[in-house]
Amino acid sequence: MDWVALRVSLWLAAGTVALLVPCGVYVGRFLAFHRFRGKLLIEALVTVPLVLPPTVLGYYLLVTFGARSALGRAFETVVGHTLPFSFEGLLLASVIANIPFVVQPIQRGFEAIPADVRDAAACCGLTPWQRFLRIEAPLAWPGVVTAAILAFAHTLGEFGVVLMVGGNLPGVTRTLSVAIYDRMQAFDDRSAGVMAAVLLLVSVATLMITTGLSRRVGLRRG
Amino acid sequence: MRMALSRSIAGPRHRWWVSAVLAVSVLGAWSGGGPSGASRIAAATSSPQRPRVAAAANLNFALTAIAEQFARDHGTPVDLVFGASGTLTRQIQEGAPFELFLSADEAFPRRLTSAGLTRDAGAVYAIGRLVLFAPRGSALTVDEGLIGLGRLLKSGGVTRFAIANPDVAPYGKAAEAVLKKHGLWDAIRPQLVLGDTISQTAQFATTGNAVGGLLAYSIVSSPEIAERGAFALIPAGDHPPMRQRMVLLKRAGPVAMQFYEYIRGRAARAVLGKYGYEVP
Repeated sequence: MDWVALRVSLWLAAGTVALLVPCGVYVGRFLAFHRFRGKLLIEALVTVPLVLPPTVLGYYLLVTFGARSALGRAFETVVGHTLPFSFEGLLLASVIANIPFVVQPIQRGFEAIPADVRDAAACCGLTPWQRFLRIEAPLAWPGVVTAAILAFAHTLGEFGVVLMVGGNLPGVTRTLSVAIYDRMQAFDDRSAGVMAAVLLLVSVATLMITTGLSRRVGLRRG
Repeated sequence: MRMALSRSIAGPRHRWWVSAVLAVSVLGAWSGGGPSGASRIAAATSSPQRPRVAAAANLNFALTAIAEQFARDHGTPVDLVFGASGTLTRQIQEGAPFELFLSADEAFPRRLTSAGLTRDAGAVYAIGRLVLFAPRGSALTVDEGLIGLGRLLKSGGVTRFAIANPDVAPYGKAAEAVLKKHGLWDAIRPQLVLGDTISQTAQFATTGNAVGGLLAYSIVSSPEIAERGAFALIPAGDHPPMRQRMVLLKRAGPVAMQFYEYIRGRAARAVLGKYGYEVP
């Protein structure tokens, strides 16, 4: 059992959620409440990672940030290493791959808030910030929880992008899903089996905890 | 909805924010402190300059054994990352932080050398051999001249035959040469399953998902694989020699250099010989 790989996986998932959910709330809310020219294009761009093969994302990240691109070399001089084959690079890839999983549920959550509720809140003299915190956020919360669950679970299972952008570096970019593949390649079926079972358990537990959480939110709201 | 509205105004529920933040930080504490935490753990379990070695998949068993011996003799472990030589070359070109690269051929290291990414032209450390492998219960009978394979092919008994992808894995290229030499290439092409690496190819063949395959001798000669079927060694003259070259990359540190010399040393050569390589 590769505990370091599990740690990398959990960090990647937690990091993706932490970075993406706040941005997702902003973007999702904006898309829910505003009509503007080109909204269709923005929505398509937000959704495109959902239908894009991981290899396409991997290709663009490598071409854009690889050691042979100007951007990649600039990054290397500043930070000291290239973005691909580092944890940060993996996090960036994971954030991009998870955009639709986060923005869509949050957008639906905000869209479900009736316009008269928001109007009433405005009439009560609440500032936009108060309206967001006290009215909108509590109502859209299930969407936000769903977004976090999806991003977390999806990142744990991410494989293609990780292998392409991250390589297979132990302790840095070898996530549990890649470690399973690696062990299979090494004919170490026993370790692969143990890790697959652990990943299954962690995934089911995550989903149980978070769905339970969101259900309690729903119940308490009445 | 109305109730929700009034309650929200009366007492905003910040608790869910709080619990989410708590959950993330608990997770964080448990996982040990972020990517820096990950490297801290790596540092705790090893010396800080533990070098990463990229190696062709055919070395999976042999190099693992050599690295264990090296760690015992020198007290400095190395991290081994196995993959297809072509894939690893690509990753090194894109800046992957490897210090030493052991290829399954000479062309990929040469490409890195001409791109100015290596210290020097490196050295040939082993010459690989191919075997025709048939898993237990397969209809394929193995022989060094591929006569059984040709016969089975003609009778339509070959549904799946595994070789490594010739584009990224040198062992695949050699397999292609062998099949062409025996005039089987065109007939067998629709039946080929291509592994990304020679170990994935072996995975296909040894699990019985293919009637057989052309595999690396170094993988088949490990006891756990050998017992899964029968194999015949392909004569070295039937394909271009698989001279396997290794190169130290520009970022190589002292431990990687030590390991490089160790692979050329007597102890490692004995291990390579045991796994069926010819040693130059």
